[in-house]
Amino acid sequence: MTDTTNTEPTTPPHSQWYDVWHQFKAHKGALLGGIIFLIIVFGVFIGPLLWPYDATYIDIRARNQGPSMAHPFGTDQLGRDLLARMMAGGQTSIAVGLTAMLLALSLGSFVGIVAGFFKKLDGPLMRLTDLFLALPILPLLLVMMMLFREPLSSAVGPERGIFILIVVAIGVTSWMPTARIVRGDVLALKEREFVLAARSIGTSNKNMITRHILPNVLSPIMVSATLGIANAIITESALSFLGLGFPPDFPTWGRLLNDAVQYLQDYPERVFWPGLGISLTVLSVNYLGDGLRDALDPRIRGR
Amino acid sequence: MLTFTIRRLILAVPTLLFISLVIFLLLELAPGDPMAQVPLTVPPEVKEKMRLALGLGEPGYIRFYKWLVQFFWVEPQILFDHLFGTTFAEGKQRIISWQHRGPVMDVVVERLPQTLWVVGLSYIVGILIALPIGIYSAYKQYSLFDQAGTFITMIGYSIPPFFTGPLVIVLFSVNLGWFPFIYDTTHEVVDWDSFVYQLRQMIMPVMVLALQTTAQISRYMRASMLDNLNQDYVRTARAKGLSERVVVLVHVLRNSMIPVVTVIALGLPAIFGGAIITEQVFSVNGIGAQLIGAIQANDLPTVQTLTFMFAFLIVFFNLIADVLYGILDPRIRYD
Repeated sequence: MTDTTNTEPTTPPHSQWYDVWHQFKAHKGALLGGIIFLIIVFGVFIGPLLWPYDATYIDIRARNQGPSMAHPFGTDQLGRDLLARMMAGGQTSIAVGLTAMLLALSLGSFVGIVAGFFKKLDGPLMRLTDLFLALPILPLLLVMMMLFREPLSSAVGPERGIFILIVVAIGVTSWMPTARIVRGDVLALKEREFVLAARSIGTSNKNMITRHILPNVLSPIMVSATLGIANAIITESALSFLGLGFPPDFPTWGRLLNDAVQYLQDYPERVFWPGLGISLTVLSVNYLGDGLRDALDPRIRGR
Repeated sequence: MLTFTIRRLILAVPTLLFISLVIFLLLELAPGDPMAQVPLTVPPEVKEKMRLALGLGEPGYIRFYKWLVQFFWVEPQILFDHLFGTTFAEGKQRIISWQHRGPVMDVVVERLPQTLWVVGLSYIVGILIALPIGIYSAYKQYSLFDQAGTFITMIGYSIPPFFTGPLVIVLFSVNLGWFPFIYDTTHEVVDWDSFVYQLRQMIMPVMVLALQTTAQISRYMRASMLDNLNQDYVRTARAKGLSERVVVLVHVLRNSMIPVVTVIALGLPAIFGGAIITEQVFSVNGIGAQLIGAIQANDLPTVQTLTFMFAFLIVFFNLIADVLYGILDPRIRYD
């Protein structure tokens, strides 16, 4: 006979999110990635408040300088401080990444949940997803940038117009993976007993989705969110790099890289910082996603 | 197997039609006017005639139909004529570029070999590097090699080609001076020295594109190997006394290659997309550079044709991946 008298748990009860955090902490790469991502975000958003130079301030006498105490990253061909431009560029790049990710995520989750939950809409919506997956994304993005740049710029101002255009273009062309993953999870969830139980007490479709389905597909959505940020930042930089993104005087990391490549032969070191900014952000976000995937999966958690 | 292939083929037709419609409608919204460059002294009625000559006067659906006919009927005939010396396509209207005033396909045929050489070679190099890495890191899971491999593939995922490109240029061209800075497309291979030069100028673009391929494929290879290594048939093979080499490289590898082969087929169109950027970095005069040039010059027929060609590649390789999967894995076929 085993001793059944002492069944009290030795550790105090804790919430699910404590478990998730505990597992997440164990993944060193993910933790480091999260910290680096936070540092980058705080750096580009708070840094400009502390740094004396403005990203658009032109000091033509101080142009093309190498790294120094006054300008740690040097200055560009118009004498603008590169550290200030890096921070301003990072703000745009990360803002584009986050907004485009949110758009793609909401589109993808909506399509995925609707397709998984309502059997009638499953076929048409998944065909639509397949069609979107077959679109050549980069060429189409370039075409969209070419076509709508002028009308939007004149409608809402050059910077905001391009921002809206890039965010919408990236969001509309990158929701498909999320939709597929969410649909698969919803299909599996629908067969579970708790859904049947909820159904049997007369839960409406709306409540069913918001209270039972959505919380349970949150973890794949969160993992796609991290991948979405990485994807959006790379796409925006690629567009800016090809000269079809933001206007030339408006810094983003891709734009800075494009400027640096034009002076590659004379000042090769300028390529380094914007490229590092993009790569480090994407790398840290990818590691974050990796750790989140492990931490949010209850089958792995606690092992 | 045949019905499976035919079913997939039939499914591909509406997909392609839908994509061509999307591209056409998108370009229909274009605010750019090809007559904008014409001097103001040209009277409006002449302008109207020029517009008609460019095929712009008719309603949208007729132009869409004409474009479809030109792309799917006239251009293949031109190709056929060119190959066999026949005259099927004589006097038929082709897709004319607004930029060069010549057929779009002539320019594409001129540019395509550059892209194919660089893209094709980089893909092969990438696969050749990726497969052994994937196999070995799965076999020695969580070893130092595996950890390093994971890190390097993560870097390959995260560093975009428009950063690795300038980086290798700075390193190998500016600092070390090993390889030429700009890809010389007019270079012809006639003897050993020019062949070596061709190799040297191809190394950097191929390296940059191959890094991405390697990162993706080695990940898939590793995951697929890991799935198979714990299967019962592997234990059986070991129990029979087969050598470790045979177990891993024959039994496990063959089964693991099934998903990887389809991933290889699916990844090819994406590499063409990535080549747009790489061509820009290294000034390779391929179809990616042609697309960028056409977009900047507002040359809509070229943009439409090239974008559709990219879409065609994606659908075509999806089809190949599906059929390959069907051939390699009987369970898919009889589904």
